Amino acid sequence: MQKSFTQKFLNNSTVILYVIAFFIACFAILLGISIGSLSIPFSSIMEIFLHTLFGVPLDKEIPPNIVQVVMSIRLPRVVLAFLVGASLALAGAAFQGLLKNALADPYTLGVSSGASVGAVFVLFFGIQIPFIGKFTLPAVSIITGLCTLFLVLAFARAVERKMSIETIILTGIIFSAFFSSLISLMIALTGEELRQIISWLLGSVAMRSWDYTLMILPFFIIGSLLLLLNSRELNAFAFGETVAANLGVDVLRRKLMILIGASLLTGAAVAVSGTIGFVGLVVPHITRLVGGANHRRLLPLSLLYGGSFLVLADLLARTIISPRELPIGVITSLIGAPAFALLYFNRMKRKTG
Amino acid sequence: MLQVKDISYRYQHEIVLKGITFSVEKGELFGILGPNGSGKTTLLKLLSKELSPESGTILLNGKILSTYGQKEFARIVAVLPQTVETSFGYTVQEAVELGRYAHQSSLFPKWTDKDEKAVTEALQQVELWEKRDKGVDSLSGGERQRVYLARALAQNPEVLLLDEPTNHMDISQQMKLLNTLKRWTKEKKLTVIAIFHDINLASLYCDRVLLLHKGEMIGVNKPRHLVDEQTLQKVFQTSVKRQEHPTVPKPLITFLPNIEAFGEQRGDIRDKVTVKANDEMITIKTMQPFKVFSSALVGAGFQWATHFVNRHVPKDYRCDDACEEMKQYLRMHGFDIHRTIGMMTAVRLEDATYVYMKEEHFSLLTVVTAGVGNAVDISKAWEREMLVQGPGTINMMIFIDGHLTDAAYAQAMMTATEAKVKALFDEQIIDPETATPATGTSTDCIAIAATQKGHYFEYAGTITSIGKAIGRSVYEATRQALQKYKQRRREYQ
Repeated sequence: MQKSFTQKFLNNSTVILYVIAFFIACFAILLGISIGSLSIPFSSIMEIFLHTLFGVPLDKEIPPNIVQVVMSIRLPRVVLAFLVGASLALAGAAFQGLLKNALADPYTLGVSSGASVGAVFVLFFGIQIPFIGKFTLPAVSIITGLCTLFLVLAFARAVERKMSIETIILTGIIFSAFFSSLISLMIALTGEELRQIISWLLGSVAMRSWDYTLMILPFFIIGSLLLLLNSRELNAFAFGETVAANLGVDVLRRKLMILIGASLLTGAAVAVSGTIGFVGLVVPHITRLVGGANHRRLLPLSLLYGGSFLVLADLLARTIISPRELPIGVITSLIGAPAFALLYFNRMKRKTG
Repeated sequence: MLQVKDISYRYQHEIVLKGITFSVEKGELFGILGPNGSGKTTLLKLLSKELSPESGTILLNGKILSTYGQKEFARIVAVLPQTVETSFGYTVQEAVELGRYAHQSSLFPKWTDKDEKAVTEALQQVELWEKRDKGVDSLSGGERQRVYLARALAQNPEVLLLDEPTNHMDISQQMKLLNTLKRWTKEKKLTVIAIFHDINLASLYCDRVLLLHKGEMIGVNKPRHLVDEQTLQKVFQTSVKRQEHPTVPKPLITFLPNIEAFGEQRGDIRDKVTVKANDEMITIKTMQPFKVFSSALVGAGFQWATHFVNRHVPKDYRCDDACEEMKQYLRMHGFDIHRTIGMMTAVRLEDATYVYMKEEHFSLLTVVTAGVGNAVDISKAWEREMLVQGPGTINMMIFIDGHLTDAAYAQAMMTATEAKVKALFDEQIIDPETATPATGTSTDCIAIAATQKGHYFEYAGTITSIGKAIGRSVYEATRQALQKYKQRRREYQ
């Protein structure tokens, strides 16, 4: 009797967590569309959505250029920001769970830098791989990102068999520094692609058309599915690989699936928006505080909160010194780096104290 | 259930395990014992499929271990590692639910009633049901270990592998866990294979034990066959002493500290004991603890003692629990009852006799109080209807400056008894009921106390030097005491 009550209560609290996260996401998206040089009320946005999706006749007071702004400029930007944020947060949560390292995220592990090198390389040489066409850029960044991840992990393992948190982070920094210099080298050698590379590097979701959204979408879906389907395995990994194996997890296969899923998400996000740091670190951490460490809740919630976070960060980036825009990576790093410092501080305190 | 055939394993160049062969039956509690670095943990890792042997085979239910799928294996074998990385943010329930992983389908896992039942039962068995919503990181070390035990149980395994399961636990938790495991091996036919670091716990609980030394098998057998002094001394490189457990038929191992014994020099027994006597009690205090073998009211059996009390009680002393009353009496007079030998007598204590004897290698002191109101002829005792409890008893304490073996203690007791019987005979003490010569009284008491230093006596029979001395001093002391007793009786009349 008491049991079924607590069961219900637990289930209810999970449902409430999802409902709240969903509403925050909707609100962030609407806010992202609404605010700008031209302020558009929520009601108008809803009407435009209904009009475009179901052909509901539009109120005469909404001029056609507003429809244009919402559907072609603001919505793609907001959706892209959401997908990028969701990807990075999900990847971060997965890395943290798998490596049992609360400070791991695509950025600190060097995966973002690795993916950037691939992307800059493609831009620098203007490469187009046949058959995949415009998917060349994301495909190459995903692959270089994944390669970087394996390199970092292999190196960290060679340094110290038990792969402590500090070693992995430090290795990530070494690789990031090396890749930054590679990027600088390509920038120094480049002529005409300079502007393109620089603006891409700063990290932005501005002036991206629906093309970009469509580019990231398949990777986002596959990557998210790979991770969400491995949430129980991630829970097992949280207690160590040996324990996971004892519980019946096929460690090697599952680990590979999770690493590939997370790299797909990171690579695709980097390909469309450049390096945006710390989203994968801060969002899962806050989500964990709200909803616990259980990955079956943590992953979907991180997805929703990560998306919302980046939509709001982007909103801040384009309004704070309006009419000029800040690169979105600046905003996330301004929030993320101190948060990282705090986490690291608390962690070491707990360890030594 | 599990067969291990000639397995070996090496880390790089170092051979960790060599030629290990044994089998474990269903429902057995099987222990793995050995010092650090003997390969215990490696062996357990081989059994849990974490490592694979370099040569040899391991069969589980007749099937080679490496052919099991990870999930299939986890449905049969659960592992409780020595230390588990604590993961923050999981509740006890969530951690235990992971145990059901192997029983669920991979793609679309469904939480069934069976899963729920297994988790609930596991939580109740380790008594963590009330704490199921607490965070694992908020629990104590012992409780955490129980969480992981519950998780292993939720796997519904046939075999449970444990690496030093009692680590991080206090003694009551250790016993509780092992009692539970033992019960499960009987009730559920669960097979338990566990590494132990405590030889005594292993020999108390295990059906059989595998003893490892430097990666090689010393043997597999029942603990009582395997746990002998020489083997353990060799394996653990420390001095050990085997004894019997006081209440269960299992061996008990004690380690001998390497402490320089002070006062090693042979001395006179009179320098080592001080005697204080008054009307109420005779108190003999020793400088250092003596090892005593006695039938005394307090401190019977083998015991180390520093105080020996022979207490005078009135002739009409009656008490239902004399032992407890005596303990209270001793406590009241400031004695540590764990270090005190306590006897009682109705005889006047001023009639006690003290006989001192010095030989070449040793010296001894015998203290006797004698009363024969209850004199009994043991050969005719069966004829007596009922035991008439009158006052009168012979209490003997023998202090020896020397080292006695257990055999010597037992022989000393025989020798002293024989001397006493002869003394009674020569004093013509008669059993009043049967009118035949008495051999003792119905409540005689004896204590043999030795310093356990100095000369070593393997035996103390009647023709050994120590035996002769005991016999002579007991005989003399008893005769003197009996004469005083008779004198006192005559005075009364």
